Amino acid sequence: MNLNMNSMESLVAQIQGLSGSIADVNQLHSLLKQSEDLFQSELARLAPLLTELDPSIHSLGYLYILEACTSAPISKDEANELVLSVARFINLCAAEQIRLAPDKFISVCKRFKDQVMLLEDPMRGVAPMLTALRKLQLSSEQLTTLHPDFLLICLLAKCYKTGLSILEDDIFEVDQPRDFFLYCYYGGMICIGQKKFSKALELLHNVVTAPMSILNAIAVEAYKKYILVSLIHLGQFSISFPKYTSSVAQRNLKNFSQVMCELETCVLANNEKFEFDKNLGLVKQVVSSMYKRNIQRLTQTYLTLSLQDIANTVQLNSAKEAEMHVLQMIQDGEIYATINQKDGMVRFLEDPEQYKSCEMIERIDSSIQRIMMLSRKLTDMDELLSCDPLYLAKAGRERQRFDFDDFDTVPSKFTI
Amino acid sequence: MEAEDEATGQMIEEEEIYVNGGGDGDESKRHRPIISGEQLDIEAYAALYSGRTKISRLLFIAEKCGNASMQLDALRMAYDEIKKGENTQLFREVVAKIDGRLGPNYGPDSIWADAVDRRAELRKEKLENELNAYRTNLIKESIRMGYNDFGDFYFAHGQLGDAFKNYVRTRDYCTTSKHIVHMCMNAILVSIEMGQFTHVTSYVSKAEQSQDALDPITIAKLRCAAGLALLEGKKYKLAARKFLETGPELGNNYTEVIAPQDVATYGGLCALASFDRAELKSKVIDNVNFRNFLELVPEIRELINDFYTSHYASCLEYLGNLKANLLLDIHLHDHVETLYEQIRNKALIQYTHPFVSVDLHMMANAFNTSVSSLEKELEALITNNLIQARIDSHNKILYARHADQRNATFQRVLQTGSEFDREVRAMLLRANLIKHEFNLKASRKH
Repeated sequence: MNLNMNSMESLVAQIQGLSGSIADVNQLHSLLKQSEDLFQSELARLAPLLTELDPSIHSLGYLYILEACTSAPISKDEANELVLSVARFINLCAAEQIRLAPDKFISVCKRFKDQVMLLEDPMRGVAPMLTALRKLQLSSEQLTTLHPDFLLICLLAKCYKTGLSILEDDIFEVDQPRDFFLYCYYGGMICIGQKKFSKALELLHNVVTAPMSILNAIAVEAYKKYILVSLIHLGQFSISFPKYTSSVAQRNLKNFSQVMCELETCVLANNEKFEFDKNLGLVKQVVSSMYKRNIQRLTQTYLTLSLQDIANTVQLNSAKEAEMHVLQMIQDGEIYATINQKDGMVRFLEDPEQYKSCEMIERIDSSIQRIMMLSRKLTDMDELLSCDPLYLAKAGRERQRFDFDDFDTVPSKFTI
Repeated sequence: MEAEDEATGQMIEEEEIYVNGGGDGDESKRHRPIISGEQLDIEAYAALYSGRTKISRLLFIAEKCGNASMQLDALRMAYDEIKKGENTQLFREVVAKIDGRLGPNYGPDSIWADAVDRRAELRKEKLENELNAYRTNLIKESIRMGYNDFGDFYFAHGQLGDAFKNYVRTRDYCTTSKHIVHMCMNAILVSIEMGQFTHVTSYVSKAEQSQDALDPITIAKLRCAAGLALLEGKKYKLAARKFLETGPELGNNYTEVIAPQDVATYGGLCALASFDRAELKSKVIDNVNFRNFLELVPEIRELINDFYTSHYASCLEYLGNLKANLLLDIHLHDHVETLYEQIRNKALIQYTHPFVSVDLHMMANAFNTSVSSLEKELEALITNNLIQARIDSHNKILYARHADQRNATFQRVLQTGSEFDREVRAMLLRANLIKHEFNLKASRKH
């Protein structure tokens, strides 16, 4: 017992001593790994030790002790305290140090998330989780295990805007397929919440077309939302999948699409089913987007049209209602039109964008830059891959089954 | 006008259309009452055809016309016609359809039917014996004749499937190309009766391969058969070409399938629906051969000319007059609506094409319709991108719209850019996922 006591104290001393240079921290890391058993046996006495350490300087040591502390089940009262201390740690800790033990950090953060959810106060978790995620990330292209958790908390706290800030990063590096699925699914939901349908569509599309060897529930749910969002955003939905979709998904999801397409025609009759899927809101949006789409179609056909005629063609109840829709759409920039209230006429105008403003040129330029960056990345990756001994071995061995063309380096319509 | 008439009975509708019909059309109708605005003269119509198609056409009319006296007329003629032949099965069907409504003369004549059946049994036995004898002697020509007789026998008795089989069997015993053409013609005839138009196409092409044995009449027949098959397959443009290529030699030689009047009607309507102006002029109006056919059905000739000279109202009026009777045509009835719609759309497109702005009131006059329904039609055409224009519904003017190439290009560029962006990102992601999975598998192995 005494020995343990001593060793704990010496450990703390070592933590304090070895938190300076990188070499020291590495040494400390191996030391801490060895003493993990010790932490487990001394759970009760760990908490006071934390006070002796400064989370911003002794981050690694602090992390190990904190991880051991949080592994024990705790009561609701303690939970509050725990959440506070973890949040403080996340805010103060040094990124370089915690990246040495990412799994420890992740498990602390996951427990933090669980506690926040248990306290039914997800709002408190949003900011710390964002910091934690940023600290854990090596680059903004990396998807960490914390991404889905963070997005989930954002969803629960309805902090969609904060969630969007993460979604705007381009993600390329994925460690865990499951993280990726959840990230895209939650991300899609956040985008739906913010009515950024094209982004949502892209994320959900990623889930559906991701390579998978067995069907998972996330993909199924994502596919249901994908159908509805594409109905809202594009007004149509194609049943066929792109050819890179895994065969498993193609086979199994086809059944769902049929069900959904039939449901589309009889929304009301199937309220319950949508309610069950928690997609009712989306379905209602589908219906209202139908009006919008019909009005948009009218702009292609008519120069002027009376509100009453609009109401008749898009099957709204009254001219008043049609006016509201048109007004809303003009405000959102979805159509260009003027309403003449005197005789109830709507005059549709052409898109005033002439593509000769500086902003437009800047936009095009930035878009070109971005695409050049992407294609460079693509070429790099292609080169990297064609030098990869593992890939070469496989490609050589299974020539027939795994032809180079199958690898789908560049879509055929975009040859660079 | 049409809307009003819908409420009243069919008889009145047709009479009224007749009264309102174009001036010179009326005269020709009196001379040729076959396919005109008046109620179909069944007797004259039936006289155009012979053989089995006459009966099936009559029965088809009886089924579709929805007019008791006309139905009974058609059934009576079919009854008489069947009695001349040996098809007892069809006879019983017709008797059941008549159901005693035509008096005792048109009852189930079981004595006649039984006699025919008995004779058929005897004949079948005889044919079988003969065929067996030929087969043991291995005389090719006789075997062919034997099968051919069998085919004729089955065809006469309404067993079309067996008839087809036997006709096709003669193929192995054909020695000259003439025989092959004969076989093909028989097969085509039976297939048309059965409604198996895929067979028709294949046997037409088979017959056309043996060029040397084809006389002009046969060529004309083959064109008609091919045209019918294409019409059935909704390939109107190709069907029109086939009918237009039909030579005047056809005459009344193919009445067991088609009358020359039909060639004019089918060909004319299909051409109107699918040809552009230049083709219409060169292949239909300036076509000397086809003009002969058109002379037989002046309404079609007139309406094609009206269409070409942009007299759309009168053209559409002719079409309206013809509609009721065309719906009673065994081959055309399914396609009347589609063809009419296509012709009307074509007329609308052609009308708007040369103008920058069109007054809808004037256009409605030209098409003999109301402004609001015209607006609806135009809307559909614009939505389908068949007319590049926009409607000013306030002033009732249609403005042609010229796409701004520059803006459209910019729009497309931006769109393609963002699509590319999205797809490349998704692709990189997928590649990474695959790589990850692969690495995982590899690391598990080691």
